[in-house]
Amino acid sequence: MHLEKVIFGFFILLAVTLNFGFVLGEFDNPAHHNVYELFAAIVVSLIATVLKFGERTQIGAVLLAASLVADLQLIAAAIVWAVAVHVVEVGLPPAVMAGIVSLAGGALLANMVSATLLVIETSSLQR
Amino acid sequence: MPRDIGVAKTVVPMVMRRMRPPLIVLMSAYAIAVVGLTLVPGQDGQGDPWRTDFFHAFYVITYTAPTIGFGEIPYEFTAAQRMWVTFSIYLTVLAWLYAVGTIISLMQDTAFRAAIQRGRLHRAVRQIGEPFYLICGYGDTGSLLVRALTERRRRVVVIDQAQSAIENLELRDLTVYVPGFQLDAEIPENLLTAGVKQRWCAGVVAVTNSDHANLKIALTSKLQSPRVTMVARADSEEATANIASFGTDAVFNAYDSFAERLCLAIRRPDMHRIQDWLTGIPTTSLPERPQPPEGTWIICGFERLGRAVHRMLRQQGIHTVIVDPTGESDSCPPDAIPGKGTEAQTLRQAGIYSASALLAGTSDDADNLSIVMTARQLNDTIFIVAQENELSSKPLFRAAGVDLAVEPSYILASRILSLLNAPLLEDFLERARGESEEWQAALVQRIRAIAGRTIPETWTLRISAIRCSAVIEALEEGMEVTMKGLVHHPRDRERRLDCIPLLLSRKGEVTLLPPEDTQLARGDRILFCGTDRALGLMRIPLHHIENLRYMLTGESKGEGIIWRFLTQRQKAGRGLPNPRP
Repeated sequence: MHLEKVIFGFFILLAVTLNFGFVLGEFDNPAHHNVYELFAAIVVSLIATVLKFGERTQIGAVLLAASLVADLQLIAAAIVWAVAVHVVEVGLPPAVMAGIVSLAGGALLANMVSATLLVIETSSLQR
Repeated sequence: MPRDIGVAKTVVPMVMRRMRPPLIVLMSAYAIAVVGLTLVPGQDGQGDPWRTDFFHAFYVITYTAPTIGFGEIPYEFTAAQRMWVTFSIYLTVLAWLYAVGTIISLMQDTAFRAAIQRGRLHRAVRQIGEPFYLICGYGDTGSLLVRALTERRRRVVVIDQAQSAIENLELRDLTVYVPGFQLDAEIPENLLTAGVKQRWCAGVVAVTNSDHANLKIALTSKLQSPRVTMVARADSEEATANIASFGTDAVFNAYDSFAERLCLAIRRPDMHRIQDWLTGIPTTSLPERPQPPEGTWIICGFERLGRAVHRMLRQQGIHTVIVDPTGESDSCPPDAIPGKGTEAQTLRQAGIYSASALLAGTSDDADNLSIVMTARQLNDTIFIVAQENELSSKPLFRAAGVDLAVEPSYILASRILSLLNAPLLEDFLERARGESEEWQAALVQRIRAIAGRTIPETWTLRISAIRCSAVIEALEEGMEVTMKGLVHHPRDRERRLDCIPLLLSRKGEVTLLPPEDTQLARGDRILFCGTDRALGLMRIPLHHIENLRYMLTGESKGEGIIWRFLTQRQKAGRGLPNPRP
């Protein structure tokens, strides 16, 4: 067992699960989507990105790209949230909530690609 | 691993990998601080309970972490919040210190700097868009070569193992930018980075002071890029044979070269002058070396130089006496006199009073100087040759009254330079050696007449569309182009330029000192020697057909539309042409 690999896998999977947990629920209902979960998803996703830095393999490059996409989508969701609540002060009507969740949903897809790639890479190492 | 090692492929991943832990620490610290701030209970302006939202918490931590501190917003903090922010400051500032510290230590990391340097070298070499030479080893020989090549506006790249050598190079005031990098030339990958396989790499020169390194450089460049001219220095005979065995273009051994020249100077002084002048480093002063005598030679120090000179003198039937501290061992001839030669006693024993010449050839400059001074005291008229091991001791040898100084670095540099500058020169010297003494003496007079007091330039001219477009154009027009058109002043065809055509090579046939009425043909290669000025003036008719026509026939047609029009009008004897006839 390799500690570095454990940490790597842990953060990638945690990014998927947190993201999934945030998206789960009624699409446009603010009560089903917790802001702390979004924050945790962003932080974990960023850490997962940093862990993928400096990989020279082809699969490493794709992993990094997927992670960057997830970061971008999640941060966009957070910005939409902050703008809606604090800048234009409309609160969280269903239309805004739907936008935030759909952005996070996109991030979920990218995170799942990451996780799939990780599984593929791991299985290709086993002989 | 890809051959093309750009900076992006080594430095960026390295930085990213090293920055992983500090970035994770930093992000975690921010995350903890932000989440904590949203959890700690606060009060709004009316004293009602209020919790900071993520947006404001992130804002507050963003300006608190680098200790900017805009104050407590949107409402004044409660004691609990202040406590948390205090904790956050310490947490995030420490995280920042760790991150900045990592960056600084990365900058000082030798591996990182080496990677940066490699990237810079790679870029510098790739940017060169003209033929360049790669010089491995920046010692005495290397620096002479770099100076001489850059004065000729040739591009040079230098690599050397020692940082001090590269610093020396950077301090030099050279006319052309010379990228110099501290790299071990023995590692093949470093040579590739330095551009051995580049399209513009014209030659590799291995002049490090280790035979083994020179051997490896020669091997690498011959294997990786066989078309590149490879010139190497070798100090021992085994290394010379070894490096020459796999197709290295030229291997030079300074001591053998000197011994050959010494014998040439004794037996054929005029031929020696020709060789000395034509292979010297241009623009340095023209040496008039005293003629070494034919009598008995005392050789002090039976080392590399001593051995080479001893062998060559023996071949010429000149009597030698050897003085060496190792005595009979170490392949020293049995009649050698034990001793260093620095004491009067040893020199007397070697017959200093009756000998006509002495060679101080130890590898220690102090010993050599001591030998020279002792010998001078004992015999005022003896011809003294001394080996200068380092360029820095040159003034001392001059002051000691040495008749002929052996500077291995100068000998090597001049030989390598003449090979790189004018590939036909070796051919010419080979043939000139076979000519009569009168022929050689006459050539010496001609060279002296054109060169004055400085060593002349030697250059090779190829009759091709790129090198001399006008000549090719004239040949295609059916004109007869003779040597006369090249060796006269482009504005006064009666005045000769200070240059001598030494050799003409046409389809493997070679003519020595081609006369002025020699007709030129496409593909000819001509070796010239002459002044720098003559070289510049000669280029004019090579590229301007009208000038060449004037040189060959004496008439000037005038070039350009206006001139041609005016000349035609003049010939027709008409006034201004009427636009509407």
